[in-house]
Amino acid sequence: MTLPLAEIQAPVIDYKELSPLMATVGGSIVVLMVGLLRGRFVQTIAVPALTKISLVAAMGLTIWIWEPGVRKPILEGSLTVDTLALGIAMLVYVAGLVCVGLSWRAPAPREAGHGEYHSMLLGSISGMVLLAQASDLITVFVGIELLSIPLYVLCATELRRRTSLEAGLKYLVIGSVGSATLLYGLALIYGATGAMQFDSIHAALASDQLPVSDPLLLTGIGLIVTGLAFKASVAPFHQWTPDVYQGAPTPITTFMAVATKAAAFAIALRLLDDALGLAQLDWGPALAALATATIVIGNVGALAQRSLKRLLAWSSVAQAGYLLAGVVVGSTLGLQATVFYLAVYLLMNVAAFAVVVARERVSEHGDDLASFENLGQTQPWLAWPMTIAMLSLAGVPATAGFIGKFYLIDAAVAGDYAWLGIVIVLGAVVSFAYYLRVVAVMWMGGYEVELPAVPPRTVRPVSGWSPVADLRAQPEVAAIAILFAAATIVFGVWPDPLFDAARDVGTAISGLR
Amino acid sequence: MTIHLSIVLFLPLATGLLGAFLPRELARWAVLAGSIAVLLYAVALLVDFDAGGGLQYVTDDRWIPELGVRYQLGVSGLNLFMIALTAIAWVPCTLVAAFREHDRPKQFFFWLALGETAVLGAFMAQDLALFIVFFDLMLIPFYFMIGGWGSGDRVRATTKFVIYTLAGSLLMLAAAVALGVLSTPDGGEISFSLAELQQRSVSEGTQHWIALLFALAFFVKAPLFPLHGWVPETYRSSPVVTIALLGGVLSKVGVYGFLAIVLPIMPEGAQHWQELFIVMAVFSILYGSILAFSQDNVRLVVAYSSIAQMGFIVLGIFALEEKGAQGALFQMLNHGLVVVPLFLIIGVIAARAGGNESLSALGGMAFRAPVLATLFLIVAFATLAMPGSANFVGELLVLFGTFEHNLVYGLVASVGVVLAAIYTIRVFQRTMHNRPGPAVESREIDGLNLAAVAPLVAVIVALGVYPHFVVHRTERATAAAIAQAHGAGQEVAGR
Repeated sequence: MTLPLAEIQAPVIDYKELSPLMATVGGSIVVLMVGLLRGRFVQTIAVPALTKISLVAAMGLTIWIWEPGVRKPILEGSLTVDTLALGIAMLVYVAGLVCVGLSWRAPAPREAGHGEYHSMLLGSISGMVLLAQASDLITVFVGIELLSIPLYVLCATELRRRTSLEAGLKYLVIGSVGSATLLYGLALIYGATGAMQFDSIHAALASDQLPVSDPLLLTGIGLIVTGLAFKASVAPFHQWTPDVYQGAPTPITTFMAVATKAAAFAIALRLLDDALGLAQLDWGPALAALATATIVIGNVGALAQRSLKRLLAWSSVAQAGYLLAGVVVGSTLGLQATVFYLAVYLLMNVAAFAVVVARERVSEHGDDLASFENLGQTQPWLAWPMTIAMLSLAGVPATAGFIGKFYLIDAAVAGDYAWLGIVIVLGAVVSFAYYLRVVAVMWMGGYEVELPAVPPRTVRPVSGWSPVADLRAQPEVAAIAILFAAATIVFGVWPDPLFDAARDVGTAISGLR
Repeated sequence: MTIHLSIVLFLPLATGLLGAFLPRELARWAVLAGSIAVLLYAVALLVDFDAGGGLQYVTDDRWIPELGVRYQLGVSGLNLFMIALTAIAWVPCTLVAAFREHDRPKQFFFWLALGETAVLGAFMAQDLALFIVFFDLMLIPFYFMIGGWGSGDRVRATTKFVIYTLAGSLLMLAAAVALGVLSTPDGGEISFSLAELQQRSVSEGTQHWIALLFALAFFVKAPLFPLHGWVPETYRSSPVVTIALLGGVLSKVGVYGFLAIVLPIMPEGAQHWQELFIVMAVFSILYGSILAFSQDNVRLVVAYSSIAQMGFIVLGIFALEEKGAQGALFQMLNHGLVVVPLFLIIGVIAARAGGNESLSALGGMAFRAPVLATLFLIVAFATLAMPGSANFVGELLVLFGTFEHNLVYGLVASVGVVLAAIYTIRVFQRTMHNRPGPAVESREIDGLNLAAVAPLVAVIVALGVYPHFVVHRTERATAAAIAQAHGAGQEVAGR
């Protein structure tokens, strides 16, 4: 018996729209293979270069297929290519490039294998891009897992440091709980609506058969939000964040902080605004409460941190709360504001983390505040980017962070959540206390931080080859810090390009308020 | 004559940036040249300003169209003299700083220059969002100057200062966004332009809470009792130059905000809180005066007297009478003009007492320094509003306005005038007369400080002789600023 091949219809694959994803997935495989070759040149030059080429190619292809106002369902509707997906993908690519740049000559890829390290990075990036494009429930889960599993490993790539291994394990355990919760939620949504694809879910909600107060549906939404909250470190599901951010190799922390958050918020926006948009009155207030808790917990948690990585972890929790405000309102303005803030968040966090990388490579205090003392005198080229990043995270005018907050408050007020705007502002006031402490340590010499002193310890500088190698490893890290800090200022004064992009992204989901 | 406000506005910042790329010792001269150029521009503005016209020298460009924020600058009777005050105050302060040895001079002068740009921007802005941008931006240079070049527990002081002020100003940001969004008519474009917002209106209940949040920001900045918690530490730890600018100029931005923003845009809100604000103002007058009388540190005497003076100004504004507002605006200028030389003189005095600023250790300084004593005496008389000084005219107008509104408040505020005489004379006697303190060295004022203080004293005397110069150019604008709130008050009274 022969199979009637002619009757099997293979799904139509639109290679053009799929090309950026193919670039990173393909890059991941190529990098892994090339990484098998021995030789210092291959390992330290060719592998990072190939990774960068793959990411730049993906960026180029993304720009090529960028088309505002058009949504193209591809692969039988399991992916949607629109400006929201592509915009978020761009952020992820930039974060990936930064991570490759910061990892160059860092210990993590050397210990874990350059090929494997970069291959997993590209794999995680592919997962994020897939997640941003996902438009059915199965793809959501595939995307989440594809982005998470390489990250679990990447967190533990500094094989000789116990905290790195601990971070990897912790992230694995908690991440799995998050994934499981999410999966359960997806199943309940399917049970309630009988549909997998977002369009069909939307249609089911629009029809009269399914009331939006359906308990199965609401439980499903709750579990999905919980699962995504784990990924985006939204309180009260944020407890892993400080430990993992501190333990993971700093380049990976940088990547995780900005890219995972971007991907998680992309799918949250798509799921809630698009598929479940009609139930906004139900999930809006609950999400607003979550945002408030996140802003409060994140900012209060950051107050007592001496470790810069922990401080930035808590600050990223708080920032996730600000970002949620844009999701809560379920409007086009909210969508634009969230994506705008994600872009701004990338700029300022990369600048801050790059300085942390530069310092912990040479300082015996690691990422403790003590290793930033008097940086303004000794290394102003590092102190300035850090200062700009801190001021922007706090929301000082003339930085992009200010405009981002302005936009979010604007969206919140316009969406009848004026009180959430005030919560954002109060959170920002508290945040000044810890951001300015970092600034004070760098510039105002002889300032004693009023925090419990750490037991005297000497951390081995992270890269630890030799002092010469450490100093040599600085220029590209400093360059990244300066570049992103400069962008923070430029977009703070002249935000038009970011607004144009945000407006394009806003066209992705139609039918919003 | 065309005067481009953008040039005036960004000139200091440009010189500050230029200084950052010049050799170490040249930065200060670049910034000084910038501040002098701004002063020349300000003088040209004063001469060229048309007292009968409304908003002049307008610059209006798009900045962030998505948020409805425009880059809108202009000069009216309300901010003309505030711009002039900024320009006049910055020159002597930069001059004094330029001749002093500094650690990291490039940074210090960069922050000083950025501070001038930010303050000028706040005064010139005709768009609410732009105003807030500059209002918040002002803090950053002062944060760094106090924390980096101050004394004592400076980091703690400056952090407290920033957080206090930001708590107010960020709430104001939220309120401003709410005002912009809620006042947008259906299908209209969101706008933060002050002129546009004045045309649009929001419901009375909304006006109440928005006006309150604005007032909070301005009261912290002013400062007014009971929101003055940051004052003692900040005044104590700041460099003299910084604190002269903070007390003389920055404090005026807050009260200026009432005249330019709260009263015209939220007249019903202002009307609603009138009694509360007046009571706060009267409390500030009494509280500030009494504390000023009991302080030992000279700086704190001036700090607390400023609280009292700001009380007077707020009182004048919220009497919602033309005379009161007129007096308040005049008094804003006068107070700025006396506080800057006061602090510079305190710097001179402290230098003669080995850095000691406590009254109990000073004294007898006039003995060999008649010029210093004379300058100080003129400034002191102006501070206590001696008849013949411009401050006298200002306070008199404020009191007229207050009496028209309510007799009791007027009487209580009058007590403040008497108290001002007491604490000012006390400072003058304890420093200049009496027995010389143990470490005091009576020495004439040096040429540098003379060059910084004397022109300011000359301006004070000139205004005392010819107050009409200011009143003539401001009366129309102040009348217009309070017209609506005044009208709203009459309506309520009529009901």
